[in-house]
Amino acid sequence: AVVSTQSTGEVVAGISEIRNIITVLSGKGGVGKSTTVAVLAGTLASSGLSVGVLDADLCGPSLSRMIGLKGSIHSCEQGWLPLSASVGKGRISAVSLSFLVENQDEAVIWRGPKKTAMIKQFLSDVCWGALDYLLIDTPPGTSDEHMTIMEAIPNCSVVLVTSPQAVAAADVLRQVTFCKKTNANVLGIIETMSGFVCPNCSDCGLLFGKGGGKRLAEYCNIEFLGYVPIDPNLSRLLDRGELFKNFQSSASIQSYTEITKKLIKP
Amino acid sequence: MIEPENVPDSCPGPSSEGAGQMDGCAGCPNKQACSTGQFRTDTSPAEVLASLQCVRNKIVVLSGKGGVGKSTVTAQIARGLAALDLSVGVVDVDVCGPSLARILGVNGQSVHKSAAGWSPVYTLDDIAVMSIDFLLSSEEDAVIWRGAKKNGMIKDFLSSVDWGELDYLVIDTPPGTSDEHLAIVSLLKQAKITGTVLVTTPQEVSLGDVRKEINFCRKLRLPVIGLVENMARYECPKCRTVSEIFPATSGGAQALADSEGMPLICSIPVCPQVGQSGDNGVEGLDIPTEYGILVEQVIRFCDG
Repeated sequence: AVVSTQSTGEVVAGISEIRNIITVLSGKGGVGKSTTVAVLAGTLASSGLSVGVLDADLCGPSLSRMIGLKGSIHSCEQGWLPLSASVGKGRISAVSLSFLVENQDEAVIWRGPKKTAMIKQFLSDVCWGALDYLLIDTPPGTSDEHMTIMEAIPNCSVVLVTSPQAVAAADVLRQVTFCKKTNANVLGIIETMSGFVCPNCSDCGLLFGKGGGKRLAEYCNIEFLGYVPIDPNLSRLLDRGELFKNFQSSASIQSYTEITKKLIKP
Repeated sequence: MIEPENVPDSCPGPSSEGAGQMDGCAGCPNKQACSTGQFRTDTSPAEVLASLQCVRNKIVVLSGKGGVGKSTVTAQIARGLAALDLSVGVVDVDVCGPSLARILGVNGQSVHKSAAGWSPVYTLDDIAVMSIDFLLSSEEDAVIWRGAKKNGMIKDFLSSVDWGELDYLVIDTPPGTSDEHLAIVSLLKQAKITGTVLVTTPQEVSLGDVRKEINFCRKLRLPVIGLVENMARYECPKCRTVSEIFPATSGGAQALADSEGMPLICSIPVCPQVGQSGDNGVEGLDIPTEYGILVEQVIRFCDG
């Protein structure tokens, strides 16, 4: 069991029975962290594992839309109850700030301390139960949210996501430093948005280049988990919250399936 | 000077724009006092005003969503203005992910401090740049700061840099609506933000975050120049088929602009050369003409 302590020395009860926690980080925005969390969660759950997802991106909580979940969080005696979605034969539990706010268009204009407090609550006050996996989605950067997660979950397993460009890899390189400083256990790097196959002539356009993530992994001596191509169909499904209803094979889902196999290898 | 007591975590700061009037002020015992400016002792806005007195127009590029191209748009606005012989500065307040220096080809350079303040780094086309990139000793250095420390750096960027006389100062921001954004608004309270440019991509996942950013701008009464839709489409160089990479499922940026009553300035295609030139820090040769429309609109708004 994963037992973690907050800085106060209190056991973070909510996550104490979870077998594996993976935080998806980037440093760079818009590279596909939430997409990665959504698809990895779906892949794990549809193989029969019990999975939870926690969206720690409080200003831009995209994950709930992507997995097609809306609603309010309810509480019981033990704490908050996550919402859940079915995918194939499995289920995913989810917690997001979007389940706590009424007006989804309202900006969440919170300074660091309030964001920190909310994330601590998501970890300690939610009845996650005995999950096989909890995947944590994060905002870009290396700030309050990230520090809070690393402090609450010592030696947290991390998957890094980057797009191929040098501009993105530069931010992720800093994230690698963050991971070293916070003693995170980096499982590997995923390169997303890696090529687009023209639906008409099948020419593969490197819209954002290719290989930047792989080169970063080699430079940092971190496992390269794989490339994920640009997939407008996946983007469409995530926009409509229909991913889990249509969790069928497409190039990007296949890439994520291969990545998942590498992540759960013993 | 009396300080407010029993301040909630959500306090926007007693000297900030909207102090006593924000959602975070609900239930605070100092709400009334803050809204009358009783605790407004922060001299930072006055310092920024003094520092930016020779800067004619201050533009802030915002999104709410990460990775939509804020830094690319900032760089293109700056380059476009500079090409018209206007004097331009850019400041990157994304201290965790300072992309702008790389895109403008000046990453890894150092800044010097004198009695007049920090000297910005100049690009080949004479754009003055300030970024935390110049203060880091290595590209591997991570800026692992909580919000309050980031605010201090942003204040320095606006009040302690020897910008000289500028026609435009363009400010690049990180995604979100948090410490950095509140800092910018608060610090520029007296110097005044001339206009904001909001950047999005077509899909609803982005539009949702940008809607929040628009509400942020409204709440804080920021002037909005308009919305830019980036990565709207991709034309295959081989067969010329146009594909939507991030398909719009809710009307795209046009629908958002219409519903929010603001102009959609332009809809920019994915252009691999823009990404490549950004990575290499050089000016691209085949830049979408839509960026020219954006620059014209910025000038029109500021001169109007």
